[in-house]
Amino acid sequence: MMRDRPTPSIEVNDITVSYSNGVAAVRNATFELGPSTICALVGINGSGKSTLFKTIMGFLTPSAGSVRIAGLPVKAALRQGLVAYVPQSEEVDWNFPVLVEDVVMMGRYGHMNVLRIPAKADRAAVDQALDRVGMSEYRTRQIGELSGGQKKRVFLARALAQGSEIVLLDEPFTGVDVKTESAIIDLLRAMRDEGRLMFVSTHNLGSVPDFCDQVVLFNRTVLAYGPTATTFTEANLAQAFGGLLRHVRLSGPDLHDDADQRRVTVLTDDERPLVLYGERDQEKHVNPDRSETP
Amino acid sequence: MLLGPAIDLLLEPFAYQYMARAIWVSALVGAVCAFLSCYLILKGWALMGDALAHSVVPGVALAYLLGFPYAIGAFTSGIIAALGIAFVRRLTMLREDAVIGLVFTTLFAIGLLIVSINPTSVNVQSIVLGNILAISDDDVTQVIVIAAISLAILGLKWKDLLLAFFDESHARSVGLNPWLLRVLFFVLLSACTVAALQTVGAVLVIAMVVTPGATAHLLTDRFGMMIGLAMLIGAATSALGAYLSFFLDGATGGLIVVLQTLVFLAAFVFAPKYGRLAARRSARRSAEVIR
Amino acid sequence: MTWSAPAWLWSWFIDPLAHGFMQRGLVVAVLVGAVCALLSCYLVLKGWALMGDAVSHAVLPGIVIAHVIQIPLAIGAFAAGLGCAIATGYIKSNSRIKEDAVMGIVFSGLFALGLVLFVKVETDQHLNHILFGNMLGVQWPDVLEAALIAVPAIVIVIAKRRDLLLYCFDPTHARAIGLPVGTLHFGLLTLLALTIVASLKAVGIILVIAMLIAPGAIGYLLTKRFDAMLAIAAAAAIGSSVVGTILSFHIDGATGPTIVVVQSALFVLAVMIKRGGRSANA
Repeated sequence: MMRDRPTPSIEVNDITVSYSNGVAAVRNATFELGPSTICALVGINGSGKSTLFKTIMGFLTPSAGSVRIAGLPVKAALRQGLVAYVPQSEEVDWNFPVLVEDVVMMGRYGHMNVLRIPAKADRAAVDQALDRVGMSEYRTRQIGELSGGQKKRVFLARALAQGSEIVLLDEPFTGVDVKTESAIIDLLRAMRDEGRLMFVSTHNLGSVPDFCDQVVLFNRTVLAYGPTATTFTEANLAQAFGGLLRHVRLSGPDLHDDADQRRVTVLTDDERPLVLYGERDQEKHVNPDRSETP
Repeated sequence: MLLGPAIDLLLEPFAYQYMARAIWVSALVGAVCAFLSCYLILKGWALMGDALAHSVVPGVALAYLLGFPYAIGAFTSGIIAALGIAFVRRLTMLREDAVIGLVFTTLFAIGLLIVSINPTSVNVQSIVLGNILAISDDDVTQVIVIAAISLAILGLKWKDLLLAFFDESHARSVGLNPWLLRVLFFVLLSACTVAALQTVGAVLVIAMVVTPGATAHLLTDRFGMMIGLAMLIGAATSALGAYLSFFLDGATGGLIVVLQTLVFLAAFVFAPKYGRLAARRSARRSAEVIR
Repeated sequence: MTWSAPAWLWSWFIDPLAHGFMQRGLVVAVLVGAVCALLSCYLVLKGWALMGDAVSHAVLPGIVIAHVIQIPLAIGAFAAGLGCAIATGYIKSNSRIKEDAVMGIVFSGLFALGLVLFVKVETDQHLNHILFGNMLGVQWPDVLEAALIAVPAIVIVIAKRRDLLLYCFDPTHARAIGLPVGTLHFGLLTLLALTIVASLKAVGIILVIAMLIAPGAIGYLLTKRFDAMLAIAAAAAIGSSVVGTILSFHIDGATGPTIVVVQSALFVLAVMIKRGGRSANA
């Protein structure tokens, strides 16, 4: 298990992905992500986010351009187990007769013999992963008996057990309460600090500046990408979402009677709002949840 | 001239009263089933159509055995199937398709068992594969009554059904009762299944209640048009199939369904907007744009 | 050895087995029951009930054509069954029609083609035997043929059960860890087609679908562990095959349908056990 892993990276180079009817779902998308990163993939529903994910996972082949993972073609990277995927809750049939430990053990299949009989190392990896996400005591529960946040943690444990350097998460915060959300975020941060690359698809704008250090704004193509502080700006978001966000701006006169020019901007798709506060060019990201709970 | 004998040969089926009757009864059944197929394929209920067709078999077997109208027996066991499916769904976490499969295969097996214990009363092949050429007068009456009532109800309610299936909450808001409409639909479906049993048999009913609708769905985006096209396809293939079966020793059901499948495949390839050729054209065009 | 069951029950079970046709029928019923049961677990979990239905019907033209061109019926049946699955996949991904409708269209079209061909072809095969099987008419070579297909299928399913389960549960993850998802998909379809071919002589192409659902459903109800689900399904199917075969002898009914009805009775029992267990827990 302690073999040298390649440095995680995702290189998307000018890809175009089309449906079988010829309509392009993604056009000329380019970006590049490196190690020790949590990157958000932000875009409206139908912007091609999941097409992009599927392409990175090798489900779809781009009709032009290329994807390289850790410097390798997608297939080779997958064969080495470099990429783990945490599915959306709706993608999983929670009634399957599989226990929590079975799910985490599935992360080890790439390391096992053809009959998938777990060795001591596999069991140890599963124990460790479950322990790390704090789910050890639930290991013999059927997967559907868990709460939304617990399910997510189990799938993160699977990614840990898999030993992947790159983790793709599809809408990890849907149906998860705020407390669990911050527990998951802590876990993601810890995984980042170990050098992993986490790529998180989300339309939950409020939490993005909170834990993502990079952002890819996406609508059929990459509108902007880079560090959150410089990329996740009002102007870029307006471009990414068009008129589809609720946009509340409280400027000087609405807030107070003095000549203070600072203003509050709230951007929301009616989940967690993004709140911007400050003067035009020095707006800071404010986390409404954190500010409520000292 | 060879033409004379050839035309005589082609017209020969119409000389027999049983053939003429088989042709128009088939067309009628084909048209009604095609009407229903438009809803079935949009809702993804193909398995339901198959299930009802198999589930009515024990009822039909018992009806022939005990000498009451086969439609009543079929209808009763169709309702038992629907209730059974709903009941098992409520009691277990099983996927819907598994529940449907479980219930209809059980009823079908019971039907076969009944027939096997009393082999003389019914010919199992005519239930499973249909036998329109040898349909009795009583059965023709039953088919016509079923088809006429179904067509009348569908003609009155087709828009309500569409609304209820497409947008249940809106249907509710305009004062429709979606639950009642759904029940009505399944009652009509099992009635038409019973009618189709006579022409194509239990196994092939699924084609009658799926294929014409799917074909029409490839050809148009307007629902009224879709119904019209589907009925046309259903009636024409059924009539032609019955006609051709005169020359082919009676595999009426098989012929009807083969024709329906061929029409579907033709639409799949050649449909102006949704066919394979059209898709290939537009793919080529968009590839040029990108270049 | 103490035998507490009443003597009549013993003779009820044993006496029919004095007949050679009953012995052969029993062997083939157990074999078919076992392989169908294992496959049924995957069909039930993956939502492939209609796929089982489709593949089983679609083998008919394959059988008729194989008969015409003088190759083993099993090969023709297998090719047609797999062809149905592949055609369904192709049409579904290239049209706006939903998968269930496509499946219905393809398999009914193939079955109808088979019927038409059957009528045109002079054959010594009984259509009823292809449709409903002829369990008590099987000869030892038929039993051998079924075993030659069923036993390898059973071995493969048991050996690869974890990969197949992962494929059904989370295909994206299966791909992410580099499993050959396409191979697993077609592997499962191939196993399904093989199972149906093995069951052909015994239960026929229409009843096999019942044996491809009920055992898995019973296992699903009674356990939350997959290995246990496989075991329960197999046990339920083998038990039903034995009881059904013997019962059909006594009531003088068709064997295939009797086995199916016994399986369904077991399913009802499983539902009751499950419900009873839940109210006891509460």
